[in-house]
Amino acid sequence: MHYKSLPYTIFTVCNYIFLGLLGILCIAPLVHILAISFSGQAAANANLVGLLPIDFTADAWGKTLGNDNFIGSLWNGISRTVLGTAISMFCLVCAAYSLSKEDHEFKGRKFYVAFFVFIMLFNGGLIPTYILVQNLGLINTIWALVLPSAINVFNLILLLNFFRTGVPKTLEEAAFMDGANHFRILFSVYLPISLPAMATIGLFTMVGQWNSWFDGLIYLTDATKYPLSTFLQTVIVQQDFSQMNVNPDEVKNLSERTVKSAQIFIGAIPILMVYPFLQKYFVKGMVLGSVKE
Amino acid sequence: MASNVSLKSAKTQTEAVPAIKVKQKWNMKRNWPLHVLMLPAVLLALIFNYAPLPGIAMAFMDFKPYLGFAESDWVGFDQFRRMITFEDSRQVIWNTLIIASLKIIFHIIIPIVFALLLNEVRKMAFKRTIQTFVYLPHFLSWVILGGIMLDMLSVDGGIINMLLGKLFGTEPIFFLGNGDWFRFTVIASDVWKDFGFGAVIFLAALSGINPDLYEAATIDGANRWHQVIYITLPSLLPITVVVATLALGNILNAGFDQIFNLYNPLVYEKGDIIDTYVYRMGLLGGEFSFATAVGLFKSIVGMILIVTGYRLAYKFAGYRIF
Repeated sequence: MHYKSLPYTIFTVCNYIFLGLLGILCIAPLVHILAISFSGQAAANANLVGLLPIDFTADAWGKTLGNDNFIGSLWNGISRTVLGTAISMFCLVCAAYSLSKEDHEFKGRKFYVAFFVFIMLFNGGLIPTYILVQNLGLINTIWALVLPSAINVFNLILLLNFFRTGVPKTLEEAAFMDGANHFRILFSVYLPISLPAMATIGLFTMVGQWNSWFDGLIYLTDATKYPLSTFLQTVIVQQDFSQMNVNPDEVKNLSERTVKSAQIFIGAIPILMVYPFLQKYFVKGMVLGSVKE
Repeated sequence: MASNVSLKSAKTQTEAVPAIKVKQKWNMKRNWPLHVLMLPAVLLALIFNYAPLPGIAMAFMDFKPYLGFAESDWVGFDQFRRMITFEDSRQVIWNTLIIASLKIIFHIIIPIVFALLLNEVRKMAFKRTIQTFVYLPHFLSWVILGGIMLDMLSVDGGIINMLLGKLFGTEPIFFLGNGDWFRFTVIASDVWKDFGFGAVIFLAALSGINPDLYEAATIDGANRWHQVIYITLPSLLPITVVVATLALGNILNAGFDQIFNLYNPLVYEKGDIIDTYVYRMGLLGGEFSFATAVGLFKSIVGMILIVTGYRLAYKFAGYRIF
């Protein structure tokens, strides 16, 4: 009844308009940067570009993709993402399987839980961690990027909750009766059933690996090894070319507004590509992982 | 396969092994694979999360890299004394507290309001589209967003200043070059990035409210506004308490990634935070001991607050993790 009252109708109209504008506000910056990247240089520099390109040209994209430094770091970014995700997922899935057992099924579970909760609460801080990575001789290697970030306790908790709620206990017991051991149960029972959950955590990990830039900045001294996020941080945000082995012409190219915009947008493309899959699952995952009855 | 199962169960029956015993065998004899499966994660955590811990000793030393741990002098709490007397570090702690607490407050209020508004939307396609749009910024890194913001907020030719000039005739605002505007920009853009994602948890809570309550209220003559005040908001209270108490742990986390990608020496006075300060002092300035001490101070306060937060969340809302 009240849903059709006049004040509520007015509210509904305003609400739709407001939420619509809010939605646009959230993607407009990305659209703006895309528009600049496809605009002519003159139009971009004269600040004429809004949400649509003016004097459409793919010139900036050509310059960006033709730049060896950029392509190199794009490749570095992809390799650290693939390697980092693989290592992290392997460790987390194995650990989550064990931790998904009850205390009485897995003697020592309590100890492991405390072990991981502690690292979520407390860490050595930037300097001690840096000195350790240095002492291990990992500076300037991809391992400095993928190993320290592999154990994400939050993802571990999400995974183990998926395992607990998603895999029927009876199925596991049946497999055990058939003579399957833990490894077999993990790979033949847990993994196939938890595929959507694993995809979710895997995508989260990928996004995290792709987005992370600070580790590259401190652990890599050789700029040709920078992953794309670190490259963009130095070139676009800090506008520091001193680490780069580029000639003045290329510097001028890379600092053009349109080329900068193209670089930024390319940095966002992998996220945009996985986003539809991500969105499909993360709501479920978030809720599952954080609200327990 | 099927015959195998029946064989085994038949055998179990003939030997009359009680179910409890089978379970025990499964526990005792087969526990070692579980430990093996823990191994990769435990090893990595030991190396990269536990091995740096002894390095914290630096906070109580006057650490010189060329002398190493053995030769450097122990100075007790001198570094901490420096931290609380030093003008810069006091300002930095203050900045961190202000920025972080404002972020925490807005990260609770705005997602709730947004979730409530979205909850009134009946057209599912519209609702989903809006959700798709507002969740997106959460997944973009501050490098990308920082790059975009530097362009959009620029004083000469940034689209924001252009629009403000056209609409209100204002002079260009130095968003990232003026301390007060910098704080505003940091908080506003952080809320912009994460309000949608923060609303996920409230939307879930909203969808869990028993529809009978609304129906009963309608019969009793409550309009939509009454329903929001007397049903929806009270139902959101437990989860709000959880979010708020857990957010306590972030009181010294003002957002390193964001600040680092937006700040510049012009706004150090009002925009420099503990994490950026530790980075500059420690890794760039070579003040290893002092930076470690400041970092340790932050870690300990953070840990105490997280533990307190979880305790409170458990006490008031029965929330439990793990």
